[in-house]
Amino acid sequence: MSAVDFSTTIGNSWFATPIFTASGCASSGRELAQFFALREIGAVVTKSVMNKPRSGRPTPRMAETPSGMLNSIGLQGPGIDAFIAKDIPYLLGEKARIIVSIAGETIEEYTTLARKLRAVSGISAIEVNISCPNLENRGLVFACDLEASRRVLDGVRRTIGGEVPIIAKLSPDVSDLVAIARGVVEAGADALALINTLLGMVINLESGRPHLAGKTGGLSGPAIRPIAVRAIYQVHSSLPHIPIIGMGGVSTGADALEMIYAGASGVAVGTASFGNPRAIVEIQNELKALLEVKGFRSLSSAVGFAHREENLRDESE
Amino acid sequence: MVKELMTQINKHAQQLQAAIVSNNRVGQYHQILIALGEVAALCKPGNFVAISIGGATSRMILQRAFAISRISAGTMELIIAPLGQGSQWLCAQREGVKLDLIAPLGTAFGIPTQPVHALLIGGGYGSAPLFGLAEVLSARGCRVDMLLGASTASKIYAPMEGKRSVNALRIYTEDGSMGTAGRVTDPIRDLVAGSDLGVIYSCGPMPMLAAISSILEGTDVVHQCSVEEAMACGIGICMTCVLPVKGADGSIAMLRSCIDGPVMDGSHVQWDLVGKISS
Repeated sequence: MSAVDFSTTIGNSWFATPIFTASGCASSGRELAQFFALREIGAVVTKSVMNKPRSGRPTPRMAETPSGMLNSIGLQGPGIDAFIAKDIPYLLGEKARIIVSIAGETIEEYTTLARKLRAVSGISAIEVNISCPNLENRGLVFACDLEASRRVLDGVRRTIGGEVPIIAKLSPDVSDLVAIARGVVEAGADALALINTLLGMVINLESGRPHLAGKTGGLSGPAIRPIAVRAIYQVHSSLPHIPIIGMGGVSTGADALEMIYAGASGVAVGTASFGNPRAIVEIQNELKALLEVKGFRSLSSAVGFAHREENLRDESE
Repeated sequence: MVKELMTQINKHAQQLQAAIVSNNRVGQYHQILIALGEVAALCKPGNFVAISIGGATSRMILQRAFAISRISAGTMELIIAPLGQGSQWLCAQREGVKLDLIAPLGTAFGIPTQPVHALLIGGGYGSAPLFGLAEVLSARGCRVDMLLGASTASKIYAPMEGKRSVNALRIYTEDGSMGTAGRVTDPIRDLVAGSDLGVIYSCGPMPMLAAISSILEGTDVVHQCSVEEAMACGIGICMTCVLPVKGADGSIAMLRSCIDGPVMDGSHVQWDLVGKISS
């Protein structure tokens, strides 16, 4: 048995392991359950759910890019009522820890979603996705606007704050990420999820048009990992006491450890599951082994390691 | 019905390292045999396999989905056109190379309980899974006719041994270089009108599937088609491979072609909305 304390804490929720699914990359959970037991991982972060059922964007919705991919799903989903009726009981039945990701087109929609979730037991945290790049109107990406971000988080906090931890999912497509992070924390976020996908485009040379039906899509995969590490590092520097769930192209335990060194208390795996449905379990095992090899007694003692004074000494000498 | 499907998502799917038994060029295609062991028995005509491409350091991070062409004695046959980077990599792999794959995935062609007259229609290398299907149908006592079409002769895939299970095979090429000049969909209306045809199974480009569905409107002929939409994962988590499909209650839902397909009822797919429907 390993001596490493692998547990992590996000707000007032404790998780046995720091590895989560990234929202939008595990569907309802049923699809991955054939490949590993959902209770083996830290938590299932569900696909961002909206108030009403939503059919999403037309196809093509996907383009593979070097070490990455663009997606343009447009938050297809069953709506919060069907989600609460069907998906939550399934995950609870599998003994999975659940982080529910919510998305809205208006500030009121986020508040409505939080209110509906208040009545549901068994939820370990709420991820407030204010950074989906695939809504019809880019003006709706709250995370690109400091004041809008604050107002969304303020509404969610008033509704459900103190009952379950609130995680704000942010976009790196902003000029001052730290200012947005600070703003949502002041407004009531207990933790941050960094990073959502970055907006990208592929042009099909046969048609001469953007390949995706929605023209633009969110770039994910190893191609964006250094951006995620940078974002986590910057935000952790300014807000060292706020837990961060790091994500963006993690495909190995070493990738996960890099984010933990940058300041993440948890790591979410997304696109890697598309290429390997057991990726999340493999990453979890690799991370645990790596922490042991590096001599850490606990995950928490590795969080933010890259910021520590003693590590900088060699550089300054 | 929906609930039943939901509890069975990826029910038989296994992730495994499977060795290439042989890789032979057949015209413009590659015939690749892969040892699946016990998993082979779980694969049915219509199912597909998702294969990792390029090894651990590949910059191609997504699985590639291929229709399973035939299954025999623990071995899976794939017929692959080396058109994209992923399929080119796969076609360049030699005997003995181990592939990281997941099989079987997706829905299978429904096999009638009573012998019926079946017409199998393949476009390009879409014909590949139809030969395995023909064997199963023929063993059930069905009369199996087949239409194959492509732009030109070199793109017709019709192996000698595959034809044994087929009663009548007609080939169409758009340039007339093999069989009849024209499209594979040209004779369908007459075939439907003048026979006891019970079911059409089709596999090929989406416009071909849409055209067959349109011809069959108002007839009693069942159309089971194997759809093709770009997938990132093949296991139902990425939501990229969706198609607009009408449900029993008349509502249209964007269903995943990896979970609710690739074999779908052609009369339920809303072909005119593919690539158009929006929230």
